[in-house]
Amino acid sequence: MTGSPTLASLFWTQLRIELRLFFRSPLQAFFSLIFPLLMLLVFATLFGNGRMGLLGVTAAQFYAPALAVYGAVSTAYWNLAISVVTARELGVLKRIRGTPLPPSVYMAARLAASTWIAFLAIAIMIGAGVVMYGVTVYAHTLAAAAVTFVVGVGCFAALGLVIASISPNAKTTPALTSATLLPLSFISEVFIPPSASAPAWLGQFADLFPLKHFARAFSGAFNPSLHGSGFAWSDAGGTYAIGPHVAVMAAWGTVAVVVAVRRFSWEPRPEKSR
Amino acid sequence: MSAVVVENLVKRYGENTAVAGVSLRIAEGEVFALLGPNGAGKTSLVEILEGHRRRTSGTVAVLGHDPEHGGRPFRERIGIVLQDGGLEEDLSVAEAVAYHASLYPRSRPTPEVIALVGLEEKARARVGTLSGGQMRRLELALGIVSDPDLIFLDEPTTGFDPAARRQAWELVRALRTFGKTIVLTTHYMDEAQHLADRIAVIARGRIVAEGTPTTLGDRHRAGAMVRFHLAAGVSPEGLPPPFAAAPTGWVEAPCGNPTAALHGLTAWATARGIELDGLSVVPPSLEDVYLRLVGEDATP
Ligand SMILES: Nc1ncnc2c1ncn2[C@@H]1O[C@H](COP(=O)(O)OP(=O)(O)OP(=O)(O)O)[C@@H](O)[C@H]1O
Ligand SMILES: [Mg+2]
Repeated sequence: MTGSPTLASLFWTQLRIELRLFFRSPLQAFFSLIFPLLMLLVFATLFGNGRMGLLGVTAAQFYAPALAVYGAVSTAYWNLAISVVTARELGVLKRIRGTPLPPSVYMAARLAASTWIAFLAIAIMIGAGVVMYGVTVYAHTLAAAAVTFVVGVGCFAALGLVIASISPNAKTTPALTSATLLPLSFISEVFIPPSASAPAWLGQFADLFPLKHFARAFSGAFNPSLHGSGFAWSDAGGTYAIGPHVAVMAAWGTVAVVVAVRRFSWEPRPEKSR
Repeated sequence: MSAVVVENLVKRYGENTAVAGVSLRIAEGEVFALLGPNGAGKTSLVEILEGHRRRTSGTVAVLGHDPEHGGRPFRERIGIVLQDGGLEEDLSVAEAVAYHASLYPRSRPTPEVIALVGLEEKARARVGTLSGGQMRRLELALGIVSDPDLIFLDEPTTGFDPAARRQAWELVRALRTFGKTIVLTTHYMDEAQHLADRIAVIARGRIVAEGTPTTLGDRHRAGAMVRFHLAAGVSPEGLPPPFAAAPTGWVEAPCGNPTAALHGLTAWATARGIELDGLSVVPPSLEDVYLRLVGEDATP
């Protein structure tokens, strides 16, 4: 008889299972990894390699990082919410609660799996941008982009778990995630670059939500007109500053974690009439 | 040592009382069956023992742990087969078994467990492609792969074909010989009768009878049904009570004291030179006892 498996080995086991399940579910893999790439093709074709509006960069230089953020968010938020609710509905979560796998290790493994897939989504997008459209990557902003990525993915994964805790069943979950993610993508400099003609209040409204902060902080790393490494609190005078954006995402993420922990259920919801 | 000790257990869902004051003790190495109709409270009771549901009141000790706070040391020693599902459909059978095994300190080899439940041919098939009964067998495999000391089986054979059912029974018997404690729920009398050392009949959240398969509901003292056929033309005159002639010729009566009744009957018959065709004495079946017990208190 051997001792109990270590927490690290349990985490590793669960992470491998989650990744395997992800790549066996073609629809999830498509929406996380391939769909944003198709959007890059469409936008780059539509707008050619001309300069984009206020930013003064090529279409691909704007869209590759913006859609990379979209891919990461659809993995961390959309996919996580749907796959957790589906697992709950199938009784998978309940079964896991009956095993010695600690719930915290299970959650950590799911978050790690989401982070890894989100990283793949971003790497594929930026890689395609570089190879196909000559997108430029700047070494001095990579560290800030990496910090933005980690905080952003953590924030949206926590929000995905909030959706999973309030969603009554697997059928309503995609509606909840799409109804929040898609409209925000249009006003958060993800699908449409910042424009002078947009009303100021719309920008201020979008500022309340984390998506625009994720997009700005990440895309800034690819904007040649900004200067600095990104580790700054103020964007005065064209400085690349992730500080305020990361702070907003961290605040949203913290609140989301508290709500998700309080409301999370491992049991399939009992049907109304039993 | 008792593997399970339950005292005055109550479980309410809002206004609905699913478990209404149950006390029971299950010894180590015992096979204990909870027999009861739909909605009797079997799953509620078993899932409280597993740590899946919180009790409203009462005390529960399972392997010395309060299941609500058992944590890893408790969960490493129990195996659970839930009443329904909980399988990831995109894993293969072998992967699902190996994955579960890796969560526990000790486990049986994956191929051995797959063979025990008779899924060798499906080892590489995706879970989502299995039939209902095959899924159930896989769940059984996942419940025993960790070599647990105490195994909960909530309706383990519902949906099995007769051969699979026999095979599952063999498996339970084998586990019993390894000294495992087994708590199972079932609707099938014959299952309880074949497998259990002790049976509790539960109806409307209460245990209405408890005993071994032979003593349950005082079955061994409940007398017997005596039945025989009187050939046409034989006069039933003087037939001793409780027997009375019937138009079909078949005479049948429940006898509290079958010995005395048979004595009177055979004396009557031999004195007249009558042969009692098809004479039989049958004790009440477990099913009769069960239906009587839950009939008194059945769900509407
Ligand atoms: N999660 C729940 N929420 C509300 N009521 C419940 C819940 N689970 C069970 N009940 C109710 O409690 C009672 C007992 O249900 P339980 O599932 O324990 O019965 P059971 O004996 O396992 O029945 P079956 O043989 O159909 O599986 C039923 O009236 C049921 O409606
Ligand atoms: Mg049940």
